[in-house]
Amino acid sequence: MWQLLQIELFKIFRKPRTYISFGAIAAMVIIVQIALKFDGQSYIEFILGSLKETLDIPYATILNGYFVCFVILNLLLIHIPLLIALVAGDEVAGEANMGTLRLLVSKPVSRTELMLAKFFATVVYTALLLAWMAFLSLALSILLFGKNDLIIARSDALEIISRTDIMWRYLAAFAYATIALTTVAALAFLLSVFAENSIGPIVSTISIVIVFTILSEMQIPLYDRTVKPYLFTSHMLGWKGFFYLKTDAEGVSIPGTIENLPAVLKSMGILLGYIVLFAGAAIVVFKRKDILS
Amino acid sequence: MKYFFYILPFFLFAFAANSYAQDATALVKKVKAKLDKVNDYEATGEMKTNVSFMKVPAAQVKVYFKKPGKVKIKNEKGVSLVPKGTVSISLNNLLSGQYQALDGGTDNIDGITVKIVKLLPLDENGEVVLSKLYIDEARLLILRSKTTTRESGTNELEMSYGKFTDYALPDKIVFSFNTQDYKLPKGVTFDYDDGSQKKKETGTKESQRGKIEITYSRYIINKGVSDDVFK
Repeated sequence: MWQLLQIELFKIFRKPRTYISFGAIAAMVIIVQIALKFDGQSYIEFILGSLKETLDIPYATILNGYFVCFVILNLLLIHIPLLIALVAGDEVAGEANMGTLRLLVSKPVSRTELMLAKFFATVVYTALLLAWMAFLSLALSILLFGKNDLIIARSDALEIISRTDIMWRYLAAFAYATIALTTVAALAFLLSVFAENSIGPIVSTISIVIVFTILSEMQIPLYDRTVKPYLFTSHMLGWKGFFYLKTDAEGVSIPGTIENLPAVLKSMGILLGYIVLFAGAAIVVFKRKDILS
Repeated sequence: MKYFFYILPFFLFAFAANSYAQDATALVKKVKAKLDKVNDYEATGEMKTNVSFMKVPAAQVKVYFKKPGKVKIKNEKGVSLVPKGTVSISLNNLLSGQYQALDGGTDNIDGITVKIVKLLPLDENGEVVLSKLYIDEARLLILRSKTTTRESGTNELEMSYGKFTDYALPDKIVFSFNTQDYKLPKGVTFDYDDGSQKKKETGTKESQRGKIEITYSRYIINKGVSDDVFK
């Protein structure tokens, strides 16, 4: 199995398209960092709205590495699924397109093992992409902007998190984001089984993610109760739950706490369920598939 | 003679009003003399913020004051959003400038009988419209003040005294101020919806008052404070 995984990883990292994602993330992160370095105050003014009329805003201290990282994650984690689909959607369909799938299944390896190796290789790619993003958005931002307390804008509230209480939240958030993006990878992987070339599964995955994200973000009570709880995209934003703190009776936030940990864990469980469902379905379909290409 | 008895009450009322005003002015002068012992200070304390739309941890802050009216709250180890009207957390600022002091009767704060003095600024274009001071006459301490301003509405300050009573510097202050509602589109913030029902306080009177509480642990008094601190 380990050897199979190594072969699949070799195949993924041999393709130039794999590095497009790493390059795209680097470009986007650096563009945001440059923009905030030179005009961060405008962005802070935007998110604080009219509060500047009643409060003294310490712009220089708000604009720190932790804040920049949060802004980047907020902007990019919605778009990263597209980059994940590029590779995951190619896993089986790419082989079919190149005509190597029949050859592959003729080897003395079970189809389940083969699919598991391909899926885990996709998970490794997803994790590496996020690690790259974490390095650029967190480590590089801290290097460029320094450290301080983190201020987070929610639609109806502002959260300030002490600088000593942030790093573990980012680690948890990146771990959660890995699970969230693996769900997208599993979906693209499943769709890849049905196609003969990778364009179909990539575009289908992107379309599904876009439609589901729009549904998740729409504030319509009909969808809130009926559709949203079952969409995996509604739970993909659960990483933010690690940055929402509990408050005491006086309204003071309590360091080291999470506002609604059961909800975050539930969302994580739902995503893991989707991963098992999509990957399992891909294996079942592939095992029964009549491979002609 | 008959007319004399008609106008006598008016004279007596005017005399009484004048003497009350003099009492109030004298009391404020005594309080100010006590406050004037402090030329500057650097205070260390813990600040708690209670605003309906803000979740902020308790922060270690430094409060700087320098005569005639410079005040700055600084969180040197983190980020704190401080209301703009905090200049009135310094009582010296309330009593600086020209004003007319009027007797506002008496009240009771935590079992202490206090004299209410209303200060009407003589400068009609100033930021402060009216200040109301609740003064403990025996100790010459201001226990509460309410300041109505043109721009920021009404601010309220409550003070508890302990170790620094001789300088009329409080151990603890609670500063209440007006806030505005905070709202951003969800399409901008991409909030995580955890499915819980949120309390909707937006727009209520309660949600539009904020409070900061500073508990001082240390004062450095009259040792000089650099002007750079207030920039």
